[in-house]
Amino acid sequence: MQELVASEGQSQAEIAIDIQRLDAWYGPSQALFDVNLSILPLSVSAAIGPSGSGKSTFVRCLNRMHEEVFGARVTGSVVIEGVNIYAPTINPIYVRRHIGMVFQQPNPLPSRSIYENVAIGARINGLAKGRALDELVERRLRQAALWDEVKDRLSGAPTQLSGGQQQRLCIARALALEPHIVLMDEPCSALDPIATLQVEDLIRQLKQHYTIVIVTHNLQQAARVADRTAFFLSGHLVEEEATAEFFSHPKQKETEDFITGRFG
Amino acid sequence: MSVTAQSTKSNPFEAERNGLQLRRSIVNKLSIILTGFFAICASLFLIYLIGYIAAKGLQFINANFFTQRPRAPGETGGGWATALQGSAILITLATIIGVPLGMAVGIFLSEVGRGPFASFVRFLVDTLTGIPTIIFGLFAWVLIVVPSHSFSAVSGGVALGIIMIPTVARATEEVLRLVPNDQREASAALGATHSRTIMQVVVPAARSGIVTGVMLALARVAGETAPLLMTAGGTPFFNTNLFHQIDAIPLRIFNFTLSPYQIERDQAFSGALVLIVFVVITSLAVRWATGGFKRRGR
Repeated sequence: MQELVASEGQSQAEIAIDIQRLDAWYGPSQALFDVNLSILPLSVSAAIGPSGSGKSTFVRCLNRMHEEVFGARVTGSVVIEGVNIYAPTINPIYVRRHIGMVFQQPNPLPSRSIYENVAIGARINGLAKGRALDELVERRLRQAALWDEVKDRLSGAPTQLSGGQQQRLCIARALALEPHIVLMDEPCSALDPIATLQVEDLIRQLKQHYTIVIVTHNLQQAARVADRTAFFLSGHLVEEEATAEFFSHPKQKETEDFITGRFG
Repeated sequence: MSVTAQSTKSNPFEAERNGLQLRRSIVNKLSIILTGFFAICASLFLIYLIGYIAAKGLQFINANFFTQRPRAPGETGGGWATALQGSAILITLATIIGVPLGMAVGIFLSEVGRGPFASFVRFLVDTLTGIPTIIFGLFAWVLIVVPSHSFSAVSGGVALGIIMIPTVARATEEVLRLVPNDQREASAALGATHSRTIMQVVVPAARSGIVTGVMLALARVAGETAPLLMTAGGTPFFNTNLFHQIDAIPLRIFNFTLSPYQIERDQAFSGALVLIVFVVITSLAVRWATGGFKRRGR
């Protein structure tokens, strides 16, 4: 509760996600060490780093998905809209209902229709029913640039869609929660270059309404879509800068070695 | 192309004609012939068994067989309707008891339980699978028949239901494990509770596999005889009171086989035929259902 009170002194309009002294473990092994970072609203922040650097763990800590792994735990605080989501009174289920998440592999629910895959997000939050739900589904599918491709087969199975379409369906599903924040964990790594570009265009459009945190192993992708870029190495946040500055004038030696391709 | 010194023949792909090659080719042919021979033996045995039962049993398969109750010993005619009705009731009771419990254990093992307790439960379930089924009959006898002073459909259903639990549990666990983890993550990330994820995402995704497991367990208990001897009891009368003794196909086969009357011994084969047809139809239905699912799913 101390963190909760302390955070209220800060200007909430300027910071969407305020991360303080964040440590994360998988059982006995520590995956994140003392991460401190502020993420601005209506921006795209990219987390980059080599495999095992903790960038995925980091983004999974922002909606408490990290704890879904058996034996995983987190300390520190993540303040979103004035509330520390790691405060003891907070139920992680409710945190996840207000933060959208998109995964590496497109994971639509195969036993449900395309329509239901989007509607489930709204249903869980009790946002709409009947015609209002139809409208919400259409709005989110349009927002995910998928409506024209699926409007004639909303009752069809999501498995008949291409990988890129499935991933945009998953984005529409995340948007149907009506979140302010959308987390994306390597959303393009299973997609071909054309589908990747479509998703990147989408990310740039979504930035107008959502705060986006994206994990990517693709440095060019970070350069293309992100306003700010953070570099993780061995569980430590090495450097975080405006993207142009990050790639042209990295402050840290490790960052420079990574972006110039000396390792990773 | 260099010709090595050892090679004496022009074509390297031509088989050499020496003792070793000859022995290899004989052993090769012999083993193929032997496996084929034993495969034919095994199928012939099964075909002979089914053919013999069909030959002896078909003569009584008529409308009476499915609609009438057994006649008094020595009289001709009569049917197995009581046994069919009894088996239907017993299997229904077993399903009501065995399927929810078995599924619950399977869900626990795959989705909820972790650590030593889950391993212990899994060990118990595996042990239950191996216990002779008459032990479960004995259990139901002590638990229900003795206190109520009567054989009953309920006690038979309980015995068969318990026999179903480990089969259904392991089948459920196996198919739930096949559901990709990213579906659980998708659901959890939407803020679904753990139980909602299990009941609305994971179990529906594994539905056809669970149905297969249940059907196979059903086919198995449909033929169980030993546990019914001291629970259902057997009777030549129709009975819908679940607390009275009840007939079953395997029980009637057992009783008629031991009968001093030729006609009853022959009728036992008709019962056996019906039971075999039921099991075959069940496994065909399972194949059709799972095959059909694969075509739809992909």
